[in-house]
Amino acid sequence: MDSVARRLSAVGAGAALELRGVTRLFGALAALTDVTITVRPGERRAVLGSNGAGKTTLFNCITGDFLPTSGTIRFFGEDVTHFPPYERIRRGLRRTYQISALFPGLTVQDNVYLACRGVSRGRFSFLRPGQTDALMQAADSLVQAVHLTAVKDQRVAELAHGQQRQLEIALALAGAPRFVLFDEPAAGLSPTERAELVEILTSLPAHIGYIIIEHDMDVALRVVESVTMMHNGRIFKEGVPEEIQSDPEVQELYLGGGHE
Amino acid sequence: MSVTHDARVQIHNPAAAAQRPAARSWPDANNPAVWIVAAILLIMPLIANGFFLIEIFATTLILGTIALSLMFLAGYGGMVSLMQLTIAGFCAYMVAVFGVSGNANISLGWPWWLAVPMALTLATIFGTLGGALAVRTEGIYTIMITLAIGAAFYYFTNQNWAIFNGHTGINNVSTPHFWGVDWRRDIPFYYVVLAVAAICYFAVDYISRAPFGLALQGVRDNPRRMAALGFNVNAHRVAAYAVASFIAGLAGVLQVWNYRQISPGSVSVGACIDILIIAVVGGITRPIGPYIGALVFVLLRTFALDFLVRIGLDGNRFRLLIGLGFLAIVFWSSDGVIGLWQRWRQSQRPQSDHPGGGRGHG
Repeated sequence: MDSVARRLSAVGAGAALELRGVTRLFGALAALTDVTITVRPGERRAVLGSNGAGKTTLFNCITGDFLPTSGTIRFFGEDVTHFPPYERIRRGLRRTYQISALFPGLTVQDNVYLACRGVSRGRFSFLRPGQTDALMQAADSLVQAVHLTAVKDQRVAELAHGQQRQLEIALALAGAPRFVLFDEPAAGLSPTERAELVEILTSLPAHIGYIIIEHDMDVALRVVESVTMMHNGRIFKEGVPEEIQSDPEVQELYLGGGHE
Repeated sequence: MSVTHDARVQIHNPAAAAQRPAARSWPDANNPAVWIVAAILLIMPLIANGFFLIEIFATTLILGTIALSLMFLAGYGGMVSLMQLTIAGFCAYMVAVFGVSGNANISLGWPWWLAVPMALTLATIFGTLGGALAVRTEGIYTIMITLAIGAAFYYFTNQNWAIFNGHTGINNVSTPHFWGVDWRRDIPFYYVVLAVAAICYFAVDYISRAPFGLALQGVRDNPRRMAALGFNVNAHRVAAYAVASFIAGLAGVLQVWNYRQISPGSVSVGACIDILIIAVVGGITRPIGPYIGALVFVLLRTFALDFLVRIGLDGNRFRLLIGLGFLAIVFWSSDGVIGLWQRWRQSQRPQSDHPGGGRGHG
C-alpha cells in the first residue's frame, strides 16, 4: 500500500473524476440513481456489482454516450456533463468496451493509428502519413506494447478473440490518457491472457488512473486500491479491496459467500 | 509484458507472416495490368473512332466519376447517397446558367473559367447541405432523404422557368476554346475527360489511406467507437459529402460540355438510380469499381438496343438486361464485378497465399 500512497501523492491533489448526484432514467427504469463518486488523479478503482447494477450505464454517462438525466460530471475540475464524447476524449478520458468495438475492415496498425490521430491535430488531413510520421511511430510502439506486432498488417476481422481484446486496450491508451474506463477487459480471456492483462494494467504509468468493471475478482482486486459496489443503479459500499472482500453484505449480494 | 507473448501470437496465427501487407503503398503500381490499361486509355484516339471515343469511353468516364463519388461515400463512409447525379446535374445547370448558352435570357454569359469554379462551388455547397441533412440519419433513411432531394430537384427543374427553363432545359451550352483548340472536339475532349477522371480516381485512392479517409472508414465500421477516440463523427460525414459533391460536380461540368445541353431528363430519378446500379455492379469497395460498372452500363445501353431490335424486341428493353445483370451481380457477388475478379484471382493462386477471408468490406 506504501507504493500506492507514493504514487498518488506524486500525481497531485484534486479530483480526476467527480460525479455528483448522477441519475439516468430509461423511461420509468432508473439505471442510475443519485450516484456520487470522486476519483483522485492516478487512483485505480474497481466498480463491482451484479448484471444490471448500472456499471456500464455509469461508463456511458462518464464518456457522454448517454447524457445523465440529472447530476453533474467533472473531469479534472471541468464540468463536462453536456460535452459530446469526442470533447471528453480529447481532454484525456479513454474507455474500452465490454464487447470489442473495433474497426474490422481496417488493419491492426490502422486501428491504432486512428486512435492516435483522434486525440491529436490533423483528423481531417488529406495527406498520407509517411513511415517517419510521429503518430505512425506512436501507433507502432502501442501495437508492440500489446504484443500485436506480428499481426499488425492483418485486418481486425481476422484476429483471434484474445488479440481483439488486446487491441481494444491499445486503442484506449493512445495519445496522452489521463483517466481510463475499462469495461470488463478480461471477458473471454484465457488464464494466461488474464495474467498478462494484470501485468499491462499494473505497469501503466503512475499518473494514469482508471476505473475497471470486472467480474473476475482475481483480476479486479489485484489491480486496484479502492472498490465501489453497485446494486440496482445505486452505490451501496465503498472501501479498500480487503474490506469489501470480508464484508458479509457484499459476500451475500455479489460474491455468493463462497469466495475465498 | 513477457517476451513469450509474441511467440504465442505467432502460434495463434501461423499464416500471419505469409499475409501480404494491405495496400499501403500506391495501389498496384507494380501490377503490369494497370500500366497496360493506362497505356490503352492514353492511345485510345489512335484506336477508336469518334463515336467510340465519346459515346462509349468519355461517357463511361463521366458516369464512372459520378459513381466514384457514390463509391467514396458508400464504400468508405457507409452512406448510400442517391443524390450524386443530382449534384452533378445541378453543377451542369450552373455551368449553363453562369456561362454562355443558346438561352440568352437565362445565361449570364460568364467565360467558362469563371462559370466553372462558380458552378463547382455552388454544387459543393448544395451537396454539403444535403449531406448535413442526410447524416442525421442512417441506412435506409439516408437513402430516402437523398432520393427525396433528387426527386425534388427533378420536379423543381421541370417547373422552374426563371433559372432552369422548365422541361426544355438549357440548350447550346458553349464549350471552352483556348490556345487555339476547340476543347469539345472529340480528341481534345476525350483527353480532358480522361484527365479529370484520372485525377478523381487517384485522389479518392490517395485519400483512402490518408487520415481523413481512414477516419471515414472507421466511421463506417463503428461510429460510436470513433467518437470514443476523439473524432467528431458527423463532421467527418459532412466533410465526406463535401468531397463527394466536388467530384460529382466535376463530372457534371464534363457532362454539360459533352451534350452541350442540360434538361430535367438528365436529372430524373431513374438516372439517379442508374448511378447506384453502376456503382454496385462495378463494386463499391474500390475506386476502380464505378468505372468498370459504368463501362458495362454504357456498353449495354448502346449495343443492347441493336441486339434487342434484331431479335424483335423493343430497344428500350435494354434496361431489362441491365436489371437482370444487376440481380445476378447482387446475388453472386456483393462487391460487384471487382469482387468476382478478386475471387477468381484468389482461386488461381496457391492455397497458402490467401489466409482468411480475402473478401472486401462486408
